[in-house]
Amino acid sequence: MLADFPWLTLVIWLPIVGGIAVIASGDKSSELSKWIALAVSVLAFVVSLPLWFDFDPVSAGMQFVERVQWVPSLKIEYYLGVDGISMPLILLTTFITIFVVIAGWEVISYRPSYYMGAFLIMEGIMVGVFSALDAILFYFFWEAMLIPMFIIIGVWGGPNRVYATIKFFLYTFFGSVFMLVALIYLYFQAHSFSILDFHEVPLALHAQILIFLAFLIAFAVKVPMFPVHTWLPDAHVEAPTGGSVILAAIMLKIGGYGFLRFSLPITPDASAQLDGLIIALSLIAVIYIGFVALVQQDMKKLIAYSSIAHMGFVTLGFFIVFSIVRHTGVSTGAAMGIQGGMVQMISHGFISGALFLCVGVLYDRMHSRQISDYGGVVNTMPWFGGFAVFFAMANAGLPGTSGFVGEFMVILASFRADFWYAFLAATTLVLAAAFTLWMVKRVIFGPVGNDKVAKLQDLNGREVLNLGALAAVVLALGIWPKPLVDVMAPTVERLVAQVQVSKLPEAPAPLASLQP
Amino acid sequence: MPFEPAYLYTILPELVVLITACCVLVLDLFLREDQKSVNHGLTVIGLLIALGCVGLIGDGHVSLAFSDSFIRDPMSDLLKGAVLLVTLLCFLYSTNYLRDRAMWVGEYHVLMLLALLGIMIMISANDFLTMYLGLETLALCLYALVAFNRDSKMGSEAAMKYFVLGALGSGMLLYGISMLYGATGGLGFAAIADVVSAEGIENKVLVFGLVFVIIGIAFKFGAVPFHMWLPDVYQGAPTPVVLFLSSAPKVAAFAMAVRILIDGLAGLHADWGDILLILSVLSMGIGNLVAIAQSNIKRMLAYSTISHVGFIFLGLLAGTQQGYAAAMFYAVVYALMAAGAFGVLVMISHKGFEAEDLDDLKGLGDRDPWLAAMMALVMFSMAGVPPMVGFMAKLLVLQAVIDIGLVWLAVVAVAFSIIGAFYYLRVVKMIYFDRSEIAVAVVVTGSARFAVTLNGLAVLFLGMFPAALLSLCEAAFA
Repeated sequence: MLADFPWLTLVIWLPIVGGIAVIASGDKSSELSKWIALAVSVLAFVVSLPLWFDFDPVSAGMQFVERVQWVPSLKIEYYLGVDGISMPLILLTTFITIFVVIAGWEVISYRPSYYMGAFLIMEGIMVGVFSALDAILFYFFWEAMLIPMFIIIGVWGGPNRVYATIKFFLYTFFGSVFMLVALIYLYFQAHSFSILDFHEVPLALHAQILIFLAFLIAFAVKVPMFPVHTWLPDAHVEAPTGGSVILAAIMLKIGGYGFLRFSLPITPDASAQLDGLIIALSLIAVIYIGFVALVQQDMKKLIAYSSIAHMGFVTLGFFIVFSIVRHTGVSTGAAMGIQGGMVQMISHGFISGALFLCVGVLYDRMHSRQISDYGGVVNTMPWFGGFAVFFAMANAGLPGTSGFVGEFMVILASFRADFWYAFLAATTLVLAAAFTLWMVKRVIFGPVGNDKVAKLQDLNGREVLNLGALAAVVLALGIWPKPLVDVMAPTVERLVAQVQVSKLPEAPAPLASLQP
Repeated sequence: MPFEPAYLYTILPELVVLITACCVLVLDLFLREDQKSVNHGLTVIGLLIALGCVGLIGDGHVSLAFSDSFIRDPMSDLLKGAVLLVTLLCFLYSTNYLRDRAMWVGEYHVLMLLALLGIMIMISANDFLTMYLGLETLALCLYALVAFNRDSKMGSEAAMKYFVLGALGSGMLLYGISMLYGATGGLGFAAIADVVSAEGIENKVLVFGLVFVIIGIAFKFGAVPFHMWLPDVYQGAPTPVVLFLSSAPKVAAFAMAVRILIDGLAGLHADWGDILLILSVLSMGIGNLVAIAQSNIKRMLAYSTISHVGFIFLGLLAGTQQGYAAAMFYAVVYALMAAGAFGVLVMISHKGFEAEDLDDLKGLGDRDPWLAAMMALVMFSMAGVPPMVGFMAKLLVLQAVIDIGLVWLAVVAVAFSIIGAFYYLRVVKMIYFDRSEIAVAVVVTGSARFAVTLNGLAVLFLGMFPAALLSLCEAAFA
């Protein structure tokens, strides 16, 4: 009975309608609109909980399916559903949005109701992306997401916000329109826009490679992967705190989700052919971007580059499966790579979100993000210091935090494929520790840097609540990741099985034998 | 064939528009200066009645009148409904503007109504003579409307350019028609279609005539390389006239293309498909690239029009029913988007100040949040971002060209639409991210605010629920 209720529709549209209501209420009282925004975001999280509790963890199929005609003549449907991959990401979205609303409470002075409303609309759209099973519906949400983010960065951003936001929009728009062409092409092959039908349709290798590349452009920009990552540091630096949190915690995950939902199952043969490219780009992201992060002077930029490096891990985990099959002949351990990537995505959502909130805390007080403007913050802000050090450790992948679990799984999976992949990937343990802890050392520890730092006020209750809740989740996932891993296991197992079946129309041979 | 009273029923909407125009023309003579609002009221009522008539007589069937020279079919019903609605929006948007500028006179209303009549005749033309008649009715009214502000040098120059080039375009069209007549011995589209399907492209004269006819069509659309008049006219003409010019006549041009190329010359698709392909790629390319360099927003929107025409051609050149329906969908929603964009421009202009430059939009988000939101909706729609209807329109035409195997063309189209996104975004940037240098508040009448709300929300609503309009478009080509 509970499963028949259209929960997904509710989780998508409640924040969107609520966001419009928040914007409408803002003209009368911004205080009222803030409370409405908080209520809507909490309510959205509450109504997303049944997705977790009513989820059947042994099934690999789609659950909470809703399917109605939308544009009948084009066979476009309003087709929603979640599996073990998308469901945790939806919960991440609804959870993080609450903290975004709280974080903007006192800080946003210019039209706070518009700010909150934009984030709520954004939340609904992002949930839509994760739950859409119709390609056009997916694209609809995928592109619509750009509008609120464009406005958020452009209106509430830093001094260089216009440049950053237009760059952000055009980069992502550039990436996605080619995906649209690929989706329409697939429609004519599958005679349906259902993503699950796309998974079944046989495709010739050259078509697969072109489709794969179209998807790659779209998702690589979003993730972002080297070399199309340059919009991210700009967008992060200029975005308001809430914008950075949403960008890092959720929007980047949409790229990773796209690889799992589209690239791997729709074009398995092309993925097997081109996995070397993805692995190379991922390792470049891990190592090169890790070094780039090391030299940043701006805290937000540093965390932005660290996000790129961590997302490199995610893509590495997703595409290591082919290498494992080639190397060992069996797919044992391949699921671990994908699971590790997923865990890494979820955990990075919490950790990077928390780190940006930490920077936001400092920025609200000092209006500077430069590392050199700080020093010895722990002397005046002991509580903040504690949280910041904890999240920095999590970012560096300290065992016991969620940051460790995903990285460890991906490195283990890489070992099965190739020692050197694992070796290069493992350098992140050194690099991430270096750039995060060095930042912590310069900002948090040492003698009090200057008079401004000496006058800093420690966290207020609102900020403690925010960071405390995120810290609890990071710790819980680090110590006991089993529920999260279990809930996605059947879906990932099926995906691994799926990508090993060739979709070439002529010779349905197992992938392993296709390789020289 | 003798005259039958039933014909009057078929042409009821046109009759209503004509009668309204005549009434305004006569009544205007007896109105004092302070009573000129009666013209406006009468016009709006006439348009509403005509809109009602379109709904009344639209029964999904085809009816012919006046020796088969006039056709009323599902396509004409939908297109007439769209142009009537858009014209109504034009009148509602521009009341304050016209009042402030001594343009609040009967002639303006009469010329607009007669231009509308020309458009409606073009939509329902079933032979070349009727088509040409409607075309010239429209064109002559537009020449006068462009020069309506007699004190404006830019306006006169624009009208002169428009007139000379328009005459050239009409001449090309007539030349082509004469050849088609020579080759087929008929002027009716149905008769021509019969001959073409029998003779095919063996007849060189036929193809030669086709080229000239397409030039005429491309000129009316403003497709590259026959687009030169468009930016100058848009820049020079009074904004309410551009508002009309950019929306309703594009629908007429679409109807003209459908009637001539599909009803009449479908047998020559192999020939005109390639011509439209070249026109389409050039229009999308030049339109989008040159629009970036414009600082005058009317010129920018002119180039944006050119690029959208390229997209409409994409649907037509596919040569499939789905493609035609997609092109029709695109033409109708484009008229709606253009009306919204220029409507906002008209409304933020006030006495002694023309909103012409991009900078004039700065800080609109603070000056009038609702107008700003509507403008932003329209801009995102033109850029093709969901959930706005512009995305659905682009999706449909892309689907049409991929269906016939032209994936490369779809890639070219989306590549140009990325370039296009930049200058639409720049408008949104001006509205929301920049602070205003002009402190004058925007004064908008209640009816105009209602109209822009309707227009903006329609852009959003049709994007989220396109099925109804799409099925109407598909019914037109079933």
